[in-house]
Amino acid sequence: MIRVRGLTRRFTGKHGTVDAVRGVDLDVEAGELVGFLGPNGAGKTTTLRMLTTLLRPTSGEARVAGRDLLTDPDGVRERIGYVAQSGTLAFDYPVHEELEMQGRFYGLDRARARSRCTELLAELDLSELHDRLVATLSGGQRRRLDIAMGLVHSPELLFLDEPTTGLDPTSRAALWDRIRALRDERGMTVFLSTHYLDEADALCDRLLVIDNGVIVASGSPDELKRSVSGDAVTMTVHSGAIEAGQVADGIDGTSEVTVDGEVVRLRVRRGDEALPVLLNALRDKDIELASVTVKRPTLDDVFHSVTGRSLHEEVAA
Amino acid sequence: MKLLHDSWLVCARAMRPLWRSPMTLAFAMFQPVLFLVLFGPLLQPLGDRFGAPDGNSWQFFVPGLLVQLAILSPGMAGFGVIFEHRSGVIERMRVTPLSRTALLLGRVAKDAVTLIAQSALLVVAGALFGLRASVPGALLGLLLIGLVAIALAAVSNAVALRMLDREWMFAPTMSQISVLVVLLSGLLLPMSLAPDWLRWLSMANPLSYVVDAERALFAGRIADPVVLTGSLVAVALTATTVLWGTRTYQRQDS
Repeated sequence: MIRVRGLTRRFTGKHGTVDAVRGVDLDVEAGELVGFLGPNGAGKTTTLRMLTTLLRPTSGEARVAGRDLLTDPDGVRERIGYVAQSGTLAFDYPVHEELEMQGRFYGLDRARARSRCTELLAELDLSELHDRLVATLSGGQRRRLDIAMGLVHSPELLFLDEPTTGLDPTSRAALWDRIRALRDERGMTVFLSTHYLDEADALCDRLLVIDNGVIVASGSPDELKRSVSGDAVTMTVHSGAIEAGQVADGIDGTSEVTVDGEVVRLRVRRGDEALPVLLNALRDKDIELASVTVKRPTLDDVFHSVTGRSLHEEVAA
Repeated sequence: MKLLHDSWLVCARAMRPLWRSPMTLAFAMFQPVLFLVLFGPLLQPLGDRFGAPDGNSWQFFVPGLLVQLAILSPGMAGFGVIFEHRSGVIERMRVTPLSRTALLLGRVAKDAVTLIAQSALLVVAGALFGLRASVPGALLGLLLIGLVAIALAAVSNAVALRMLDREWMFAPTMSQISVLVVLLSGLLLPMSLAPDWLRWLSMANPLSYVVDAERALFAGRIADPVVLTGSLVAVALTATTVLWGTRTYQRQDS
């Protein structure tokens, strides 16, 4: 559905040039729900804007929904839906006018646009808002209407730019269900950008992690977590931390053992199985533990291991 | 035909708020009406000095006010662009398969239609004050002002689109430019009163030719060469600015 090779974008301004996207390769199959993950400034939005025909790439090639992005942008436009982060709606229009007109922009005739509007409003639980001004909708309602705007021409491929930013937890969860339904019930391909790890984890079949303008990791959330070398074990000891570290190092399968004051950290493939062995070995050396925790790797760990940063750190300009 | 159909759709969407509350049409007219009421009478005793026929200064002043309205109304169309950019509408429309030219043409068509309606109202208001004008001339004058509206709206759209990353500069920029253009068009007082250097400066302002043409039209001098000159200037201006505006809409596209 999407095939991108060597996509780059350079911005030239008064203060020099910025390579926002440095060479992105990516593939998305039909029917996939792919999350595009990266910190602010990583090139996420720039890539998305290029794939949706809003920004001309500096170099590279891309086929989107079966059409060539550079030679047939109109072909791409007819086949994709795009819901921008900033919204899509003018406040001084009634809901149905915006939606019907959007249908007409995509070539539906008046009658078809009207029936499509009724259909979509029903589908997104907005029917009772048909005549209301956009300005009077709640954030969650407006977001659903944004999505309806992107679906009006039944695209094969839907791009969502940070779809749940600014929504309360209940609306977020409800929106996740709707996005899942688009894929499960209609076989739509969904490509969404996010900087929420829980969203990526809960929603997406596959994640693409972008950092510094290149894709640094790709895989299902589970695959990515497995690629981080095992569970994180953190122990606090009353005394003998150095010795405890040596003991831990000696046990089969442990790695990345570090000692920091009274705290010993290490990684091990199966934390639940390694723990009894570790505790026995420590007791043999008369080392007393104050506490111990085992943590399954999270996407944040994945992110940290591929970029060396936490997802929510800003990229230094 | 796709271009016409798409432009019609963009224009129809832009016209909707006006359909819902036609009174907004009158709001934009407040300023020219103030000029009509509070400034127009000052010119009455000076009618002879302007070469206004029968000393009727309204025939001189009202055509100038139409051009002023064009500068203040379609000339500020860029504010709408900035507003709709903030709400994401501009970008949403750019992702649709609408013709790129239609994205501009539809918008400026709405500005032209609006301005022609406002101008007609202003002419009627002028008539109440004592404007006597040639009817065919005034109708042609409305057509000409519609053309100017397209040109000014296209410029305003293009400037706004190019200033989106520093939109706070748009209002000061446009107000400086509009004052300059008003002063150098001779729309308030005739440039025939001006010293040579000022008259030459005004000759660099395309709208000064339009003002002259409008005055001749309202006076019924349809065959006057200034009408032809003014019309040609307006056509050239419209063609150039629409081209520029369209290119601006296409600029970032793939």
